[in-house]
Amino acid sequence: MNKWSDNRAWWLVLPVVLIVAFSAVIPLMTVVNYSFQDTFGNNEFFWEGVGWFQEVLRSDRFHDAMGRQFLFSFIILAIEIPLGIVIALAMPRKGFWVPFCLILMALPLLIPWNVVGTIWQIFGRIDIGLLGAFLDNIGVEYNYTQNTLDAWVTLVVMDVWHWTSLVVLLCYAGLQSIPDAYYQAARIDGASKWATFRYIQLPKMNRVLLIAVLLRFMDSFMIYTEPFVVTGGGPGNDTTFLSIDLVQMAIGQFDLGPAAAMSLIYFLIILLFSWVFFTVMSYLDRVEN
Amino acid sequence: MELNWMAWTWPTAIFFLVIASTLVVMTVLAVKFPEREKVGILKIPTTRGDRLFITLLGSAFIHLGWLLVSDIQLWGALVVSAVYAFIVFRWV
Repeated sequence: MNKWSDNRAWWLVLPVVLIVAFSAVIPLMTVVNYSFQDTFGNNEFFWEGVGWFQEVLRSDRFHDAMGRQFLFSFIILAIEIPLGIVIALAMPRKGFWVPFCLILMALPLLIPWNVVGTIWQIFGRIDIGLLGAFLDNIGVEYNYTQNTLDAWVTLVVMDVWHWTSLVVLLCYAGLQSIPDAYYQAARIDGASKWATFRYIQLPKMNRVLLIAVLLRFMDSFMIYTEPFVVTGGGPGNDTTFLSIDLVQMAIGQFDLGPAAAMSLIYFLIILLFSWVFFTVMSYLDRVEN
Repeated sequence: MELNWMAWTWPTAIFFLVIASTLVVMTVLAVKFPEREKVGILKIPTTRGDRLFITLLGSAFIHLGWLLVSDIQLWGALVVSAVYAFIVFRWV
């Protein structure tokens, strides 16, 4: 089919522009407006200048929440990406078990966030939860409501359980796109399993892996519902990630100004990382082509 | 339409007007002088629009950094951002 260039086609983008304007741009502008003002309700605002930004940027509370957020994202990426690759490599490429494995992998992804949180909240309880009661019975002291390490382990394991499947499915799609001829050539050359992985499978998974890293980073960096349901940010503030802190500030304390400033800083960090990932992805695309 | 809930102020309105005007100017420029990619010190191909994005994002962080480390007025950050913008458009 012949393609033609006609700038009038831009009008077709108009509905999307309108929807995005109403759902994202206008709310974002409002957040910017809030971040420079103070309010006590009644729709009355008082000019504050850059005070809130300064306060948030210099507060230990923000630094701690951001530190926890980066640590959480780093840990789950360090686990989910290699684990996802290993599981994808172990899955059958052809035959009866393929749909079975795919459905099994897709199942955790279909469960809503708050349900996942509830499942793990109960699962980990010592009195009625299978995991908590089991650990208690074998003499392991485990209490995610009082022990920081236990809370972190529970959240990390929960996230790994919920989201590794996404990495698996993406990697599996990447692996399936490798023609058999590559493997035949590798066999003829007597390539080891490691060499096949390193020089055939991994390069072919490059792009899907970057997408997986990007998606998992973004999701984990914005995680809210699951930790809120399981630990509520506790014990103390030990699992209070940025989003939980933000909601506490905006809705719990009704500090709309600092919360707006914080959400803009949060947004800029996410934008920066998304841009870096996108640039690297586009760059690899070009190199490949 | 009642816009009180958006809590508009003149400084933020001017900020958004500047951003909107910049986008309009860039669009007009893109139509009149179609964008061409070039590779600079970052070793990635960038168009004029990409360089604007890098400038705006970088400037936001320059301003945040300024607020973090100093109590001097933000005009200083604006000057640093202008220098940064020049560097980005010239060498990136």
